[in-house]
Amino acid sequence: MEQLAWLPVHDDLGAALSAARRIADPGERLSRAMHLAGFRRDFTATGRLDRLAEEGLAAPPARLGLAPLRLAILASHTVDHLVPGIRVAGLHRGLALSVHVAPYGNYRQSLLGEDPLLAAFAPQVILLALDAQDSPIDLPLDSPDGAVEEAVAGRIAELRHLWRRARERFNAQVVQQLLVPATPPLFGSYEAMVPAAPRSILDRLNAAIRAAAREDGVLLLDLAAQMAGQGPADGLGDPVRWHQAKQLVSPVMAPLHGDLVARIAGAVLGRARKCLVLDLDNTIWGGVIGDDGIEGIKLGQGNPTGEAFLAMQRYAAQLGRRGIILAVCSKNDAAVAEAAFANHPEMALQRGDIAAFQANWNDKAGNLRQIAKQLNIGLDALVFVDDNPAERDIVRRELPDVAVPELPEDVALYPTWLGAAGYFETVGFTADDAARARSYAANAARQAVLEQTTDLEGYLRSLEMVLTARPIGAAELPRATQLVNKTNQFNLTTRRYTEAEMQALAEDPDALALAIRLTDRFGDNGLISVVLARPDAALRPGEWLIDTWLMSCRVLGRKVEEATLQVLLEHARHQGVTALIGEYRPTARNGMVAEHYPRLGFTPMAPLPDRPDGTLVWRIETRGSRPFAHPIALDTTCTNRRSTRN
Amino acid sequence: MHEQEIYAELTQVFRDVFDDDDITLSAATTAEDIPGWDSQAHVNLVVAAETRFGIRFRTAELESLHNVGDFVQLIATKRKGA
Repeated sequence: MEQLAWLPVHDDLGAALSAARRIADPGERLSRAMHLAGFRRDFTATGRLDRLAEEGLAAPPARLGLAPLRLAILASHTVDHLVPGIRVAGLHRGLALSVHVAPYGNYRQSLLGEDPLLAAFAPQVILLALDAQDSPIDLPLDSPDGAVEEAVAGRIAELRHLWRRARERFNAQVVQQLLVPATPPLFGSYEAMVPAAPRSILDRLNAAIRAAAREDGVLLLDLAAQMAGQGPADGLGDPVRWHQAKQLVSPVMAPLHGDLVARIAGAVLGRARKCLVLDLDNTIWGGVIGDDGIEGIKLGQGNPTGEAFLAMQRYAAQLGRRGIILAVCSKNDAAVAEAAFANHPEMALQRGDIAAFQANWNDKAGNLRQIAKQLNIGLDALVFVDDNPAERDIVRRELPDVAVPELPEDVALYPTWLGAAGYFETVGFTADDAARARSYAANAARQAVLEQTTDLEGYLRSLEMVLTARPIGAAELPRATQLVNKTNQFNLTTRRYTEAEMQALAEDPDALALAIRLTDRFGDNGLISVVLARPDAALRPGEWLIDTWLMSCRVLGRKVEEATLQVLLEHARHQGVTALIGEYRPTARNGMVAEHYPRLGFTPMAPLPDRPDGTLVWRIETRGSRPFAHPIALDTTCTNRRSTRN
Repeated sequence: MHEQEIYAELTQVFRDVFDDDDITLSAATTAEDIPGWDSQAHVNLVVAAETRFGIRFRTAELESLHNVGDFVQLIATKRKGA
C-alpha cells in the first residue's frame, strides 16, 4: 500500500504548489496549504507545502480554525527531516503545530538538566523518539532470562524517571516512541527462544514500555506496528540513510511518519473523527439491493466476494463497539434498505448499531449534513466511506470538512485502508466509549417515547434520571479530558487542556473539577458533563470563575443544566465561595449556549480584563439564589476538600 | 537517457527540493552556489533523485557526490541500459 493511499491524488500538485507560492497574503497561502495537504504527496511536495505554510503559521488567521499545539521532539537520532511532514499532516488535521527539536542525542540533558530553549518553548506534548541503538542492552548471548529481565527493568526505570520529569517540569503529555529493530534476527524463527538475542530484548523492552506507559498515562507512537500494516516493513528505515545521516525514518517515509505523529497530536486536542458513515450498495454488501433483492446481494460465507463484504461489516461493527458512532448514507429506498438489515441472515451490522440512517434519493452531501445534525456532531467528525469515486468526489467538493477516504477497487482491502488512514486515533479508551453505541441506540428508544408523549415534563419525569457528580479522580480523568478537548457545541469557553493539565486542576484544593454522569431508565449515558471552577486573578477573593462548563449534546433538553447548577452551588457554598462568575466565549460552533447563563438566572456584569473580544460575563450569588425545578435525582458528595486535607 | 535529459530532470528535482523555480544547473554547481544546500538538504536531494530516476545510490557512492556533474555522471551510469 502506497503511503497516504487514502488521500485523493491531485491532478498536478507541483503546479498547484508553484501557483500557491505566488499568493502574497501569508494567511491565504496557509489556507491553500491546508487544502493541498489533503492530497497524496511525497516528501518533496510535503517540504514545499511546509514552506508555503510557514509564514502564515506564525500567526494563523482565526477563520481557518486551526488548533495550536506546541510539540517538542527529544530524539536519539536525526529527526529534523521529519518536521515538515509533521507540520503538514497537522494542517491536514486542523492543527497549527509548533515543533521544537532538542539537540540530537541530548534528551537526557534536556529533561534532567537545564535546557533553557525547551523551557522557553513550554511544550504541551513531548515526543521521546528513541531507537534501539541508543544505550542498547548488550548482554552475552547465553545470559539467563533473569539477567535480561533485570536489564530491561533498569532501562524502564530510567524511562519512567524521564517521563515524570517531563510531566513535572512542563506539564506536558509524553508520547513515547516504541523501539524498532535495528538489526536482522540472529536466530531466525528461533530468536524468541534466546532471552538475550537482540530481537528478544527489543520485544521485551517494548512490552515493558507499553505496560509502564499504560500505568503512567504516557501515549505511544508505535512505528513498527503502524508500518507493518503498510506493507513492506523495510520502507520505514533505510540503513543507507542511517549510516549517512543517523535518520531512523527515511525521508521517503516522512509524509506517513508525520501523519502518525499528527494524529496523536490531534487526538490530544480532541480532533479525531467520531462517526463512520457507510454507503450500502457495493460498500457493505455486493450488488444493488434495489435491483438484486435480499437473495441477490453478495454477503456472507460461501463465496469470496460475500466473505469480503462480511469482513468489511465486521470491521465497522468492531469500530462501533469501540465507541465510533455508525451511520448509513445511501441512495436507496428507505424501506428496501431497512429490510436488508432486518431480514438478511448474514448481516454482521445490525440496525441497532446504526445511530443515523439516511436512505433516500437526496444528494449525499445533504444527507451527511442531516446525519451530523441528527447526532449533534460537526461535519468534521464524519468519515464517509463510499465505493463510488464520483460520489466521493462530490462530497469532498461540497463538504470539505468530511473525511472521504480513497478506496481500492477490491472491498477485501477496505478495512486495511480505513484502518491505515488513522481517523479514529484516541488518547484513551473508557467504559463510556464501549457503552456509547448502546447509548445511541437507547437515544433512539427515548426519542420514540418522546414522540408518543405530548407533555414534555411528564416525559422527563418518566425517564427517572439520576445525576451523579463526583470530583474528577483517576477514574474520570481520561474521559473528562476527552470531553474537554472534543466538545465544541455545548461548551461555554472551549478551553482545551491536556490530561496533565486536567490532573493539576483536579488536585488543586482551591478549585473544583466535577465529572457528571447521567443514568435513566433506558441506561447509562456515561460521563456527559464537565465543570471546572477556580479562583481567578481578575475576581475578588471568595469568588469562583467557571473556567469550563461543557456537556454532551446527547442529553440536551433534559434539564441537566439546572441540576448541574444546583450541584455546583452546593459545592461552592461548602468551599465558602460567595459568587460564581460565568463566561461565554463565542466560537463558530457554540452559539447554542450564548444564553446559557441568563437562562439559569445569572445577571450580567462588566467584562473581565484580558479576555477575547465578544466574551460575555455573568454572575450568581451562591446564597439566596432561587432553586430551579428539574426532574432529576441528585447523587452528589460534597466535601470541603481544603478542611479534609488539613 | 541522454545527459541533457538528466540535466533537465535533475533541475526539476533541485527546483522542487529548494522550492525555487529559478535554479539552473551546470556540472560545476556545488553547495556553495545554492542557498540552503546544507547536509540535510543534501540527503533530501539524494532521496528525491533516487525517486525521480528510479535508482539507488550505494553508501560508498554518496561520498563522491560533490557537485552536480558528479550527480549527473552517477545517474547516467546507473541508468545505462534502463
